[in-house]
Amino acid sequence: MRLKRLRDLDRPQINLTLDSTPVQALTGDTVLTALLAGGAGALSPNIFAQEPRAGFCHMAACQDCWVMVEGLGRVRACATQAADGMVVRRL
Amino acid sequence: MRTIVVGAGPAGVRAVEQLVTAGLRPVWIDEAPDGGGRIYQRPPLGLTRDHRQLYGMEAGRARAVHDTLDALKSRTDWRPNTLVWHIDPHNRTLETLCAGQQATLTYDNAILCTGAMDRVIPLPGWTRPGVTTLGGAQIALKAQGCAIGQHVALVGTGPLLWLLAYQYLKNGARPVAVIDTTSFAHKARHAAALLPGGTVFWKGLWYMAAVRAAGTPVFEGARPVAITGSGDEVKAITFKTASGATRQITCDAVALGWGLKPEAQLADLAGVPFHFDEPQHNWVPEKDATGRTKVPAIYLAGDGAGIAGADAAEMAGARAALALLEDAGRTVPGPLTATLDGALARLSGFRATLERAFPFPADLARAMPDDTLVCRCEAISAGDLRAVGGRPATGAAPELNRAKAFTRLGMGRCQGRVCGPAGAEILATALGRDVAAIGRLRGQPPVKPVPLASATVQEAAE
Repeated sequence: MRLKRLRDLDRPQINLTLDSTPVQALTGDTVLTALLAGGAGALSPNIFAQEPRAGFCHMAACQDCWVMVEGLGRVRACATQAADGMVVRRL
Repeated sequence: MRTIVVGAGPAGVRAVEQLVTAGLRPVWIDEAPDGGGRIYQRPPLGLTRDHRQLYGMEAGRARAVHDTLDALKSRTDWRPNTLVWHIDPHNRTLETLCAGQQATLTYDNAILCTGAMDRVIPLPGWTRPGVTTLGGAQIALKAQGCAIGQHVALVGTGPLLWLLAYQYLKNGARPVAVIDTTSFAHKARHAAALLPGGTVFWKGLWYMAAVRAAGTPVFEGARPVAITGSGDEVKAITFKTASGATRQITCDAVALGWGLKPEAQLADLAGVPFHFDEPQHNWVPEKDATGRTKVPAIYLAGDGAGIAGADAAEMAGARAALALLEDAGRTVPGPLTATLDGALARLSGFRATLERAFPFPADLARAMPDDTLVCRCEAISAGDLRAVGGRPATGAAPELNRAKAFTRLGMGRCQGRVCGPAGAEILATALGRDVAAIGRLRGQPPVKPVPLASATVQEAAE
């Protein structure tokens, strides 16, 4: 899935990595927005269903957007602000 | 007296406002960084915060809630980014987690304003990347300035379906389809009864008219069949139109939701009894019209205590705070309580009518194909659940929590928030019982996952 940015495109760019792949994002993005607008396609797969997932509720309830962030540990991508230099890994 | 308010949405803001006016300095906890609740969630700094653009016709209300919230922060023990994951009503303690720090807080009184989330009916393909809740699609737009895709289909029923269609349209992302499971005729039949809703009713009509006028393909009385795609891409949604024809519409994202359900896990852990509310078709914690519950020192307000909408939440928050103050021996302004009581009673009648105008299509959940996942966390299919419900009387799961023990339905990360309503319909059908007779998934601490390694800080009672 790819989020489509509709406004506020003039924000400063930040750079993250997801599993060592560079992802360009904007200041003010959540990790979820940064990754899904930046072309990640999916976040951590569901281990029981063995299928890709990319979050569902965007409001910190469904727990479907877990990723690992260096220094923060396991987080919900939708409830975590992205930051320049952030190192993110799929679980 | 230590008073804790959980939640900083419309209900929490107005509750705290009354407490502060009475001279209290409550502890005020919210899981989000900046309050406002989901309805009035603000984007992070750096994104547009223009109320008109973000909240449309609700701009005035949103601004008033934000202004009050910001003015109150310094007059309370304000704790944003903080999850309340347990409540012990006997020892009157709350367990909280903020930035990896665990803390136990004692309270004399607590007002729980914990809000709501989307009520979902799983469809084949609903776990694929590109599928979100209606609320999720709205937050992506409101708080992050994004649409969930280039070509978005919206599916479900209820006021949020049409509001979201309107908001996507206004932001240059016209939906490729609005698929409403409620027929036009059904809504029209309830229109006269909704008239007393005043501006809420007229706003709803306006959204629907604007969505149609813009040429958005609208299908009412339709039944979604499946979301198809491959890998991490959605490619189409298939549905049956009101006349029974099968249609497929190409899209790269789908948002779905059938009304809202209370986030009432803390009320549950606090020991507040629940009942099945038929117009809402939801289990709701029991409170009286003032927000008092049968559990001493626990008050409830807002959608977390039964879906009533943001305007009602503001009033219910204020009313619950006044009830708390009254119970604590304070004098409260009589005219204000009378005004709130009258307004809340009127809104409660309107809400029941609104729920009837956009009914939860239980039959859609009941007819879910066997191989569709009901529980997206633990990957439990409708067939898995039917298998335990359909066993002979001995050894069968006669209610939802037994079925949870047998199948792990609702035992995953989301604690049954997402699968609960649809799972209940499937099990009830397998058992040949009414959905209200098979119980509800009980809340368990922690109400959301917390890391085992979180540091503990014991806070002294004031």
